[in-house]
Amino acid sequence: MAQATLPVPADEADAHGHDPHGHADTNTGVTNTKLAMWVFLSSECIFFGAFISTYLLYRGRSVKGTPTPKDVYNIPFTSVTSFILLMSSLTMVLALAAIQRGDHRRFRVWTIATALFGVTFIGGQIYEFTEFYREGLALKTSVFGSSFFVLTGLHGLHVCVGIMWLLTLWGLSMQNRLHVQDAERVEIAGLYWHFVDIVWIVIFTVIYLIP
Amino acid sequence: MTTTTRAATVPAEIAPPRGILHRPKSTSGFWSWWTTVDHKKIGILYGGLALVFFLIAGIEALLIRLQLAGPNGTILTASQYNTLFTMHGTTMVFLVGMPLATAFGNYLIPLQIGARDVAFPRLNMFGFWVFAAGGAFIYSGFFLGGAPNGGWFGYTPLTSTPMTMGALPGHGPDFWAVGLVMLGIGSVTSGLNFVATILNMRAPGMTLMRMPVFVWMMLVVAFLTVFAMPAVTAALIMVFFDRNFSTNFFVAKAGGDPLLYQHLFWLFGHPEVYILILPGMGIVSETLPVFSRKPLFGRSVVIFSGIAIGFLGWGVWAHHMFATGLGPVAQTAFGLSTMLIAIPTGVKIFNWMGTVWGGSIKLSSPMLFSLGFIAMFTIGGLSGVTHSIVPADTQQTDTYYVVAHFHYVLFGGLVFAIFGGFYYWWPKVFGRLLDDRIGKVNFWLMLIGFNMTFFPMHISGLQGQPRRTYQYPANMGWDTANFIATIGAFVIALSVLVFLVNVVKTARRGEVASADPWDGRTLEWSIPSPAPEYNFAEIPEVHAADDFWHRKYTEDEEGRLVRLPAGGSDDGVQHGDGHGIHLPSPSFFPLILALGLPILGYAAVFKLPWLAVPGVIVLLFGVYAWGIEPGTAED
Repeated sequence: MAQATLPVPADEADAHGHDPHGHADTNTGVTNTKLAMWVFLSSECIFFGAFISTYLLYRGRSVKGTPTPKDVYNIPFTSVTSFILLMSSLTMVLALAAIQRGDHRRFRVWTIATALFGVTFIGGQIYEFTEFYREGLALKTSVFGSSFFVLTGLHGLHVCVGIMWLLTLWGLSMQNRLHVQDAERVEIAGLYWHFVDIVWIVIFTVIYLIP
Repeated sequence: MTTTTRAATVPAEIAPPRGILHRPKSTSGFWSWWTTVDHKKIGILYGGLALVFFLIAGIEALLIRLQLAGPNGTILTASQYNTLFTMHGTTMVFLVGMPLATAFGNYLIPLQIGARDVAFPRLNMFGFWVFAAGGAFIYSGFFLGGAPNGGWFGYTPLTSTPMTMGALPGHGPDFWAVGLVMLGIGSVTSGLNFVATILNMRAPGMTLMRMPVFVWMMLVVAFLTVFAMPAVTAALIMVFFDRNFSTNFFVAKAGGDPLLYQHLFWLFGHPEVYILILPGMGIVSETLPVFSRKPLFGRSVVIFSGIAIGFLGWGVWAHHMFATGLGPVAQTAFGLSTMLIAIPTGVKIFNWMGTVWGGSIKLSSPMLFSLGFIAMFTIGGLSGVTHSIVPADTQQTDTYYVVAHFHYVLFGGLVFAIFGGFYYWWPKVFGRLLDDRIGKVNFWLMLIGFNMTFFPMHISGLQGQPRRTYQYPANMGWDTANFIATIGAFVIALSVLVFLVNVVKTARRGEVASADPWDGRTLEWSIPSPAPEYNFAEIPEVHAADDFWHRKYTEDEEGRLVRLPAGGSDDGVQHGDGHGIHLPSPSFFPLILALGLPILGYAAVFKLPWLAVPGVIVLLFGVYAWGIEPGTAED
């Protein structure tokens, strides 16, 4: 690839050295950015953990007469959107593999596919929220409403950030500004994307599936 | 797919130049401080601003003490008093303690591990601007409808009841919740930065166990910060939603549980205590060996104790909640874990005493403050263990005994260590020594004033004086204790004034510092004072813990210290002009990005959706412009 010989733009991560074989010139062998991303994601675990525990703590404690999870959940529908989000992790992996071997065309295809899967998931979430609201569950209805909407809403916000990130990478690639050497930037976006995905698997299992 | 093919044929060499704004160039002068990415300048900024907040919090404390000087005080109204004790606590924890630790960490971590900068220089500056913006945001509440007034802990349902229902009138709790979320973002970024810096950027030979103890403690603190802040962020989001969007998180009649807030808050709050004290422990672990001229006694034990405290700190939070009726099993478990965490802490105290024992002690100001730290912190630690005994704790809860306890730990601990750190590292930072005689006056005034203020509180507290009340009746047996405490508070204020006089006086006429004025042991003393912009002209190679000391001294056959002949230069200190060293370039975007947060904050507090639009625009502009700007400008 022509790009492979181009000078690496001096990024913060790169300023402290990459050798061309992907080993970072750091004490741990992991680049600063990737290390920081891992630690950040573990911090996010606590953040989502707090909201998931809140939801679990408040399960079955809503005032009688307000909608219960059984009344509003549409498991088949959410299963489909969850499956779509899960598939987006596959396309994310394919996108990373593509840019690592310098296949920019496929990288763009898989990245935009990942983002579109994310958008579909968000669309499903908007539909789900509207349905729940119509069935009488709002933020202020009950502790179930409060803890459900805030938890899934914050997760949705994270997915939105991920979509913007992916679209940015796609845009950079379209402008020929994302090279093979920048594969780590894709990898880091991927770490974030997979994390948001995994959080959803936990939410879906613990909140929707376990009665 | 036309776009794709067209893009693929454009040779990348002619990609347009990066960056949106003109890159700031100056690395000196007033404006350089706004855009700098130099960890040393950022450290000074953190320290300077935190000192300003320290003075503000001190004035708040003096007003509180004036009100409480005698029974039935009339200087403050109840609501003014609520605001003042809330702001004093919030300021001291989030705007003084944490940023001061970050100031020392910023300045010293790269110097002590032999690096030229931190892992993420621009993120570092972003953390500072978020701290500045968050602090200004919280304090702007004074002028915009109410400063925080629900306590620094902000217990629900007091803080979470909607404004219209009248629990806490004004926007106080909103400013508090949103401001703390903002400050949390700043501290998490600086935590991530420290983790990456310490794990990744050590000089050759600087293995983990050779790292200075201060760096070790900052590593533990960084992990604690990163894991503790999200818990409180979640709690604050719930408070904000309850207050502004009528959710039911802490509404008991809808099935919500106000105690959940306390769990989430203290799950953050107790690690936070260690976030505040571990940097102090790190500082004295650096100063005590230097002024005793002995290596730190049981160095690895000190390090492992710090790590143990970091882990155990997650298992003791409910000892703040014994009075809430958790049930015997939980109370026993948390009582035990609280006793357990005293062990590594006690081990450290013995290590410090073992370090001083038999050393050739030099009682300079940094040493005095460090010894003061050990003594005061031990008293605070002992009163802390009494909280682990649940029946006794039930008696102590919400009395001045608790106030006495945590001031002995945080003021007697952290603040004493920080002042010791000021006197110790001042020459490295500013190139001039602080006056040692004034420093001793500073120390003794602070020690006497501190004990006058807080020791009597043990007694009035055990006699039942409740905290957080703006008046107390006469003839309860509390009058003398409170009067002495008020006098003591002014003695502390005087000692801080003495410190400021010292700073001003030595700024022009102070003794010019050599590179190594204290005969130090760690790498920061191997470079000129003040530290040059590039830190190390040559990245050092490390062969042992306290490497710099071993370059200066060896032992003869009888184990006595012998100074190695200085090899032509003065004592292994680096000389070099740093020519050809590329440093990260200044940037506008940390400031711009950080400015987006308070705009969004005001939009949230005042429920102004239109204001969120410019906030998001500023944030997005900041993120993208930052993203495409290279870390180092091309020449």
